Amino acid sequence: MRSRLPVVLVLPAVAGLAFLLVPLAGLLVETPWATLPSQLFSAEVGQALQLSLICASLATIVCLVLGVPLAWLLARSDLPGRGLLRALVTVPLVLPPVVGGVALLLVLGRRGLVGQYLDQWFGVSLPFTTTGVVLAEAFVAMPFLVISVEGALRAADPRYEEAAATLGASRWLTFRRVTLPGIMPGVVAGTVLCWARALGEFGATITFAGNFPGRTTTMPLAVYLALETDPDAAIVLSIVLLLVSVAVLAGLRDKWIRA
Amino acid sequence: MTLHAELRVQRDDFTLELDLAIEPGEVVALLGPNGAGKTTALRALAGLLTGGRVRVGESTWDDLPAEKRPIGVVFQDYLLFAHMSALDNVAFGLRARGTRKAEANVIALEGLRQVGLAEFARAKPRTLSGGQAQRVALARALATSPELLLLDEPLAALDATTRLRVRSELGRHLQNYPGHTLLVTHDPLDAMVLADRIVILEDGRVVQQGTPREVVRQPRTDYVAHLVGLNFYRGVASGTEVRLDGGGTLTIAEPSEGPVHVVFPPSAVSLFPAKPAGSPRNTWQAVVSGIEQHAHTTRVDLAGSPAVLADITTATVAELRLQPGDTLWVSLKATEIHTYAR
Repeated sequence: MRSRLPVVLVLPAVAGLAFLLVPLAGLLVETPWATLPSQLFSAEVGQALQLSLICASLATIVCLVLGVPLAWLLARSDLPGRGLLRALVTVPLVLPPVVGGVALLLVLGRRGLVGQYLDQWFGVSLPFTTTGVVLAEAFVAMPFLVISVEGALRAADPRYEEAAATLGASRWLTFRRVTLPGIMPGVVAGTVLCWARALGEFGATITFAGNFPGRTTTMPLAVYLALETDPDAAIVLSIVLLLVSVAVLAGLRDKWIRA
Repeated sequence: MTLHAELRVQRDDFTLELDLAIEPGEVVALLGPNGAGKTTALRALAGLLTGGRVRVGESTWDDLPAEKRPIGVVFQDYLLFAHMSALDNVAFGLRARGTRKAEANVIALEGLRQVGLAEFARAKPRTLSGGQAQRVALARALATSPELLLLDEPLAALDATTRLRVRSELGRHLQNYPGHTLLVTHDPLDAMVLADRIVILEDGRVVQQGTPREVVRQPRTDYVAHLVGLNFYRGVASGTEVRLDGGGTLTIAEPSEGPVHVVFPPSAVSLFPAKPAGSPRNTWQAVVSGIEQHAHTTRVDLAGSPAVLADITTATVAELRLQPGDTLWVSLKATEIHTYAR
């Protein structure tokens, strides 16, 4: 039999566990369960929820369309400076989202580097629109997808792609028919993570897209605002986000929560 | 038309320099130890590495990438696409080359039927046994009627009993295949049974080539001699005497002159506790350095001048109470020794 667990480790461990779990438990305790359904289907909550789901899903589609090819490029090409590129791609992962929002404003704002031409030539203005929300979410969430898919690609045996080549398949056909089906679990995991990150996005969204109910007020923004005026609504919104997070974890448990 | 290949691959401190000519319908085995460059040669032929100049009649493949070359490859662990059925695997090459789906499926099903797996058309690769997967891989490689069929250790992933069966079956398919075949293997038996001609590669260079019979009878390097299980020496002959380069002298029956290779089977060697009297023309003292039990014989490794391998019966082992370190007398009849010019 092993000796007793050392107290120096157990005490902080228990404290850490409590620190992580008690706030969540508090949220559940404080939830106005009786009025929950009516709150949930109230206009403001419903609107924010709907907007959040739509924007997070659109952002995820943007990330998939751009991120999977990017991951492929990072994993399979012999591009010079690939390591640096990979590091740059992960910057939004560690960057405070509000900084991301500022950066987006500087580039895509009406007087921004790119934004001024979008405005002059096409009359398109992205900040403070629903499109802006999607862009802000995609900016913050895409690294999650790229890293996940790239990891899956690097783990996949490239010899299958060689086998496809010897059978006469072009690189594009090989990617579609051989590579992509092979890394599907990684793509799905990356997509779920990316979607969850987009759904919870706050800093970049409020900076770049502002807070206009029905257009740019997503769930996290609504939670923050409701806390001032209607704490019960804030709790209900939080509960919804908590449930989504738990659902995401449950969906990915095979990948990460194996003991 | 004959296929001519000039393979030149330089990688770090390894150079592959291999010229090959393969006739239509001919099966050439590329045999060599690990690291000799066999797989590199196969990859260069397939266009997966640059450095493979290939000419068949008028057409050259020098600058073609793998997907443009008329080849079929059976990989060592087959590399069947796990998410596709056996039929889709076999049809993949046809589909990639633009054959319509219905037609590709008909051809693929016929291919599966020829390897006896028509009823497994819908099966996923992971539900197939090793032997079945190998046959699907062969059908997939042959489905596009390639001009060059490349086999990379096609039997290495199989267990011993399956291997026997699959080997003879593979031999039958290779006989019926009209194109050029290159078989890469480190197993001499695969090469002997399946190939019309054996090319032996060591350190990126050809050290010997010939029919299986020639290679078995007249090995030219230690590696080949070891593969075919012969005692092998280099020496200089003068009449019926051969002075061996590594020390020792052997008396042979057929007179010869000049530099020669000397071979004899381990089974021709007899061991005695004391110097034998009488007929054998060659006797010398040697020390047992290793004893290894084979199926029906015991192989004894002896250090001496020359060093020698002897296959003796288990009864003899018991009689001699053989131990490593024992000093014995080796006896070898002159008529058992075969010499040929270097």
